[in-house]
Amino acid sequence: MAALNWEKNWEKIVGFLFVLPSLIAVLIFVYGFIGWTGWVSVSNWKRGAQPNYTYGGFDSYARLFGTNERYAAGIDSKRFAAGMRNVIGFTLLFLAGCIVVGFSLAVLLDRFVVGEGFFRSVFLFPMAISFIVTGLAWRWLFTPGDSNIGSTGINLLFEHLGLGFIRPNWASDVVYHIPADSIVGQSLSSIGLAWFASPSFGVSLGIITLTIAAMWQLSGYTMALYLAGLRGIPDDLREAARVDGATEVQLYRHIIIPLLKPVTLSVVIVLAHISLKIYDLVVAMGGEGQGFVKDVPALNMWDTTYGQARFAQGAAIGVVLLILISILIIPYLTISLRQQEEQ
Amino acid sequence: MTTQAMIPAKSQRRHFKIGRFVIYFILIVFAVFYILPVYLIVLTGLKQYNSNLYAMWDLPPIISFADCTNPYFFCFDGFYAAWFGSQAVIGMGQAFMNSVTMTIPATILSTLLGSLNGYILAKWKFKYADIVFAFVLFGMFIPYQSILIPLILTLRSMGLYASLSGLVFVHVVYSIPIAGLIFRNYYATIPNEIIEASRIDGSNIFTIYRYIILPLSAPAFVVVLIWQFTNIWNDFIFAVTIVQNERMPMTVALNNIAGAFTVPWNVQMAAAFLTALPTLLVYVVLGRYFLRGLLAGSLKG
Repeated sequence: MAALNWEKNWEKIVGFLFVLPSLIAVLIFVYGFIGWTGWVSVSNWKRGAQPNYTYGGFDSYARLFGTNERYAAGIDSKRFAAGMRNVIGFTLLFLAGCIVVGFSLAVLLDRFVVGEGFFRSVFLFPMAISFIVTGLAWRWLFTPGDSNIGSTGINLLFEHLGLGFIRPNWASDVVYHIPADSIVGQSLSSIGLAWFASPSFGVSLGIITLTIAAMWQLSGYTMALYLAGLRGIPDDLREAARVDGATEVQLYRHIIIPLLKPVTLSVVIVLAHISLKIYDLVVAMGGEGQGFVKDVPALNMWDTTYGQARFAQGAAIGVVLLILISILIIPYLTISLRQQEEQ
Repeated sequence: MTTQAMIPAKSQRRHFKIGRFVIYFILIVFAVFYILPVYLIVLTGLKQYNSNLYAMWDLPPIISFADCTNPYFFCFDGFYAAWFGSQAVIGMGQAFMNSVTMTIPATILSTLLGSLNGYILAKWKFKYADIVFAFVLFGMFIPYQSILIPLILTLRSMGLYASLSGLVFVHVVYSIPIAGLIFRNYYATIPNEIIEASRIDGSNIFTIYRYIILPLSAPAFVVVLIWQFTNIWNDFIFAVTIVQNERMPMTVALNNIAGAFTVPWNVQMAAAFLTALPTLLVYVVLGRYFLRGLLAGSLKG
């Protein structure tokens, strides 16, 4: 027995040596590089391809957050503020949309539908497609047309369906927000919250187009996760509730939805980390848009770094983006780890 | 369809007659919503540039490829132009070869590495293995914008910048968390008793992997191979940052075609369809494994 234990320890060391290269790679390429990016963001490597690693202070962050009057009026803080507004609005709309559509489709498909396999495949296939293709297709769909050629794309489709009055200029710089001169807006500004009735707290039409395209790609995936969850709930439980006189609504409200909480958690984590770092979809749908209505921090970082060769500034955006995602991911990983240890 | 057998419908569920019609109506509306963009991509790709925009949703009155000079006929001109490119943009044909050259080795290498890591992390847990793994998993969620600057500098100094081998290397490294996760979750379902029993019979860490784990691994391998293939094929951020020359993969080439205002929209849509085709084929042929991969990759984090 002692010999076996010794052998097991010896083998554990061998095993560890086998995963060691991967662990070192992650240590360098994830954690080392994050630290390196952090340093670049506070370095003097302001412009050009030639690195300069001397310490330069937190100027890049000051520009992003507009900490003084000059920076607050600057393009960096304007673009960054628009990007943060957009990415948070996008994430909330996209999450809500995917959960509502995905859950509803899963509930419908769970009811003995003829051709279930067909519907499931149709709902899910966009998942296999690149965001670049998705973005290009939806950009084509959202081409609004003009007075010369008439409506095109989705607006033309509305016209064919007799809904010609719906013809937004999808490419415009419209931002929907609480009007400052409305009752709500006036009462907000009277208590010093005028910011909430400004375009800084709003959703642009551009972000709505992004949300629809992203939902097209990933709501079917959400459906698949919920369907797997629904199929995992034993029939006895539903029957018992029905015998006790629960209506269908009560059944979902008090039994099924609470039981699907773990699924909802994974959906939120997976979708939110995709949407917070969304980049390729925005590029394919035409980039930041007029007045940055479609801009997101991930795109801003790439443009600033590789378009304008402003490395410290780009690195700072990268760091803020990482912090944004970490707020979501680190608690999730900590909880999962604890649950694993309990098992 | 291929996903039919995946989730068996449970019998003895009460039928509700009211609302059956509504259920099918909603499902069909959504099916149309999901199919619509693909319909338009294919339709536009097959049309001619001078065809009427007002008829962009309509099928031609006659389905025929007979005469490309007739704007009412379908035509492969768009696909031809997309595949061979022009002086301004790289053809999708060359980009397709680049994508294949990059995706296949990256997929195979990352899958093999994932199997090895998953095996050790599930069956030969060293001290603090779970905590270490949680730190590895974090790498799966990071925005690549937060590591891009050092990555490019490092690739340059390694001589891997602007090459497909550089892209392969990057995909293998950043796939360590997800590939390890799926294999680890799969191997955790293999009972430890089997391993203990074979240890008593004199097997060691290598022979157990070779004769017990590997023969049981086929489902996990299929899942990870499909997952990796679609993700690496569809990647854009690494590809556009690392390879912008004639070795660029399809997603980058497609984006260039879309960005070049001189490229007609039928060519753009043909190029989009060509880019989507390989992963779509994988999905259609191996869809149920694909779904299994999605569930394994996301339900357990």
